[in-house]
Amino acid sequence: MKQIKKISFWFLVMFLLILICMPGIWIFVSAFRPNPEILAKPANWIPDRWTIHQFTQMFSINGYVSVPAFKYLMNSVIISSVSTVIAITIGMMGGYAFARFNFKGKNKIFLGLMLARAVPGISLSLPLFILFAKIGIINTSFGVILVYVAMNVPFTIWLTDGFFRQIPKEMSEVARTDGCTRLQAFWNVELPLAGPGIGAAAIFAFLLSWNEYALASIITRTVHSKTLPIGMMDYLDEFTINWAGMCAIAVVMIVPAVILTFIVQKHLVSGLTFGGVKG
Amino acid sequence: MNRKFFSSPALLLLPSILAIGFVIIIPLLFSFYTSFTSYKLTRPDSLYNFVGLRNYERLIDNVKFWAAFGRTILFLAVVLNLELLFGLGIALLINKITWGQRTLRTIMMFPMMFSPILVGFQWKYIFNDNIGLLNNFLYLFGYESAIPWLIDKYLAMGSIMIAEIWANTSIFAILLLAGLLGIPRDPIEAARVDGCNSWQVFKNITLPFLMPFIFIALTIRSLDVGRAYDIVHIMTGGGPAMRTELLWTMIARIGYKDANMGFANAMSYVSIILSIAFTYYFFTKLVAARRELGQQ
Repeated sequence: MKQIKKISFWFLVMFLLILICMPGIWIFVSAFRPNPEILAKPANWIPDRWTIHQFTQMFSINGYVSVPAFKYLMNSVIISSVSTVIAITIGMMGGYAFARFNFKGKNKIFLGLMLARAVPGISLSLPLFILFAKIGIINTSFGVILVYVAMNVPFTIWLTDGFFRQIPKEMSEVARTDGCTRLQAFWNVELPLAGPGIGAAAIFAFLLSWNEYALASIITRTVHSKTLPIGMMDYLDEFTINWAGMCAIAVVMIVPAVILTFIVQKHLVSGLTFGGVKG
Repeated sequence: MNRKFFSSPALLLLPSILAIGFVIIIPLLFSFYTSFTSYKLTRPDSLYNFVGLRNYERLIDNVKFWAAFGRTILFLAVVLNLELLFGLGIALLINKITWGQRTLRTIMMFPMMFSPILVGFQWKYIFNDNIGLLNNFLYLFGYESAIPWLIDKYLAMGSIMIAEIWANTSIFAILLLAGLLGIPRDPIEAARVDGCNSWQVFKNITLPFLMPFIFIALTIRSLDVGRAYDIVHIMTGGGPAMRTELLWTMIARIGYKDANMGFANAMSYVSIILSIAFTYYFFTKLVAARRELGQQ
């Protein structure tokens, strides 16, 4: 009886793992297969031959560019990095204010920030599209960065607020009685201690910008500012889809995200649960 | 403008508030205004054509809008409940494992890294009636007629829900597992000594302890429910025959395809209020939960 229970338990775990991993693995495999093999009927489960055709085309090693993925990748990297750095800097200031000061309407402001973040991207995109077009920052990286900074600030405040709370107030107070200014105490004592948590918040912000679609699909119009998620749609025509190409660009999108998440996963959980648990 | 106003927290918060004010608050005020005009993108001067509540009246009379609204509520209700349930199940399962737990936890985070647009594409690929993984798999078992997962009016909604659940269950699982790992052993052992069975232990000790974590997860999720737009947009685009049209895809269609911004903005206000009400509810629960966590 105990044996059966154990076996069914592991069977369940395996089933779960397959369910979680299979879609991603299938995309990955498909990215390295020639298109006819993907379209084969009945299905060809194990690839007969591997090819990096889609990637060479995307990154134009042959000089022939079907989809300018390299430009999209660069746009994505620049937009996500710059917006993350700005969002973390100003979000950290806000988080510090919430963690260390008591002021009037503190909870209301915090709530207001979170509610601002809850506005669905597509609803926000309508007025942003009109306003950005009017002031001439539509289809620019600057416009997208501006939007992502604002989108990322509330969540950054939430996370960093939690991390600063975990640091005993006394540490900064001791530094200040020793003659540091508040800024010096922050720079030398609190920031290094909260460092890993802030790193996690940064990666969270980066991923949000990296993965965002609804707003970018409206604000970006051409190769000039399109990011990878928008560029992915280049493979999608009305009636035909270049499956292998889409899988390839999906791999380009997912690999950096996977690496970054693995680096910070521990801090991410403790940040979201206000350090209430040890990760 | 006294000195108190410019005490440091106000200064520290200023950049954040400026950014949010410029990108979120001002555009929302502007769209609130346009929702009272007959603004069409193709006719810029219509921005000043004030029509009062007509857009909202049209909304109330619009059967398609209410269908999309109802569908959105249904979608969120089904998806969030199942995500919570599966997340709890997975967390309990992994909590029992002693060997390789950390690795499993890492693998579990996999779907969290996928952009919603990628999740949509991935499931569009799997559910494709002709070359999809699922139909190919069924073919192996002799089921040779292709099931039109994304074309059939009932199956399409279910397929989208599956994609959404795949993408977001792990957030619940991860956070609830963090909660489970923090549960003190003593009360559970005491309860067992007193003769409680597993279900009683779960109901009376584990679940109350997990409640704050459930609200944290729900709050985080409620911030992002609008991102379901990406998944639906790429998987079916609201089709077949608007059977999977949610509020968000309808807003995009009326705003950008039909260029009817006034009407679309009126509609998007409904979706904004929906999201905000949602987040507000869970957030108030969260604040209470946070206080509870702080006490421990």
